[in-house]
Amino acid sequence: MEPILQIKNLTHTYGIGTPFQRSAVEDMSFDVYEGEFLGIIGHTGSGKSTLIQHLNGLLKPTAGQVLLAGKDIWAEPKKIRDVRFRVGLVFQYPEYQLFEETVYKDIAFGPANQGKTGDELDRCVREAARLVGIRDDQLDKSPFELSGGQKRRVALAGVMAMEPDVLILDEPTAGLDPAGRENLMANIRDYHRNKHKTILLVSHSMDEIARNVDRILVLKGAHILMSGTPAEVFTRAEELLSAGLDVPQVTRVAMALKQRGMDIDPAVYTVEALEKQLLALRKGGAVC
Amino acid sequence: MSAIIETKELRFAYPAEEGGEPVFALRGVDLTIEKGGFVVVLGHNGSGKSTLAKTFNGVLLPAGGKVYVEGMDTLDENLLLAIRQRVGMVFQNPDNQIVANVVEEDVAFAPENLGVPTEEIRRRVDDALKAVGMSEFVTHAPHLLSGGQKQRIAIAGVIAMEPACIVLDEATAMLDPIGRQEVLGTIHRLNREKGITVILITHHMNEAEEADRVVVMDDGKVAMDGTPKEVFTRIDELRSMGLTTPDTVDLLDRLRRDGVEVPLDALTVEECADAIAAALG
Repeated sequence: MEPILQIKNLTHTYGIGTPFQRSAVEDMSFDVYEGEFLGIIGHTGSGKSTLIQHLNGLLKPTAGQVLLAGKDIWAEPKKIRDVRFRVGLVFQYPEYQLFEETVYKDIAFGPANQGKTGDELDRCVREAARLVGIRDDQLDKSPFELSGGQKRRVALAGVMAMEPDVLILDEPTAGLDPAGRENLMANIRDYHRNKHKTILLVSHSMDEIARNVDRILVLKGAHILMSGTPAEVFTRAEELLSAGLDVPQVTRVAMALKQRGMDIDPAVYTVEALEKQLLALRKGGAVC
Repeated sequence: MSAIIETKELRFAYPAEEGGEPVFALRGVDLTIEKGGFVVVLGHNGSGKSTLAKTFNGVLLPAGGKVYVEGMDTLDENLLLAIRQRVGMVFQNPDNQIVANVVEEDVAFAPENLGVPTEEIRRRVDDALKAVGMSEFVTHAPHLLSGGQKQRIAIAGVIAMEPACIVLDEATAMLDPIGRQEVLGTIHRLNREKGITVILITHHMNEAEEADRVVVMDDGKVAMDGTPKEVFTRIDELRSMGLTTPDTVDLLDRLRRDGVEVPLDALTVEECADAIAAALG
């Protein structure tokens, strides 16, 4: 697989020359591969937001580079707009950014700015709406008539409709109830499956990340603390806890069982996986 | 114990959109909240839980039925000021409820408006900031604080009013795990040490583990009401209302179906591990 994004020795320092000088991202390097579903997790202040704002050129590195398909995104600063079409960023609480008269026009805003017109524009809008579960009859409504969860879907569709190579989602499920969270994640998984596009999912929820992504980057204090598959990352659950991250309750149960002397691998993040381990243990126990 | 908040046949509807029907958010709620309790209200989006919270100090007024705060009717306009001094609210977005440029001024806002004497305000602000663990930030600018810190300032602003009850309407929804822990730790301590009644509206199941009582709202009505152990073991009902169960209960339920003899109500991680270790260890 080819890397679509390469982050090389990226540093971003706020307030240079003031008493508040602080590096939010420090000498960070990693690759993001084409078609990958990558999770980024870290608590507030770990550098997540600063990092993702570099990936579509909203922030300029203090040092280091961001390469998109092998090319430095700042090689031609005047073409940074193209980078923003190719790397779509959905901010936290995007429903506050809706502004158009109708849902259709709101979703069409991005792709129309890309120069899409006529049938192509129509196809992009309808496809994106379908992917996030917005019905055809809702397209002519004012976005402000929709519920909070539906507004968020419209905002997401507006970025998906630009068909970016990389879609970055900053806490897409924050503030939704459990059913709403699972629904929206299912839409995002569908988009990934159908479009084979790269997705970066930023979240506080280890649970949500672990259940959805191929690979996790764990950030701590402006650096990458860990990188690996969910299973690899969860073998270091104690480190995750000490980094201020919330591991799933089932992982904490597994850790507590191990402390009680049971032969349990604590690197689990689903109830099903721990159930399996416990049942295997029971069968093994019966033989003894 | 006496009641701090009592609702009787409480109904509420949001006004109709042009040409549409009014939206009924509360369809007859009878609830009594005892003084000194720690009550968690759960429910999916649209279940009516936030609407209910907003009726507790007269932000929203009943369309039918009554809400009494220490016996005072929220429909009596002359009592609203007194009611709001007794029941304080903390909302979801920390950035929407901070009014001043300096932490201590923000916390002093309510007592100043109540006409509390200056020395008394000083004492209350210092006490309130101490209670939420933010004393060292007294002269800081609120906008430079983290989300969890801002919510603790908002809570301090409510405490400075010396209310009998604090209602937190999804006040942890926008916070990260650390911020959430800060806020939860703070309100549990206020409940324990100052005897302040806490009503916590949330959809995070795990915030309900340590509550005295859990009320589940569904379709504008109280669907369940009991201790966390009583409520969270009603797995099928919870799921049918779009809510999840804690991982611990889910795991214990699966093990029971597999024929392992474990109780269903070992809610916390430690209880759950003890129960499983006893059965299989």
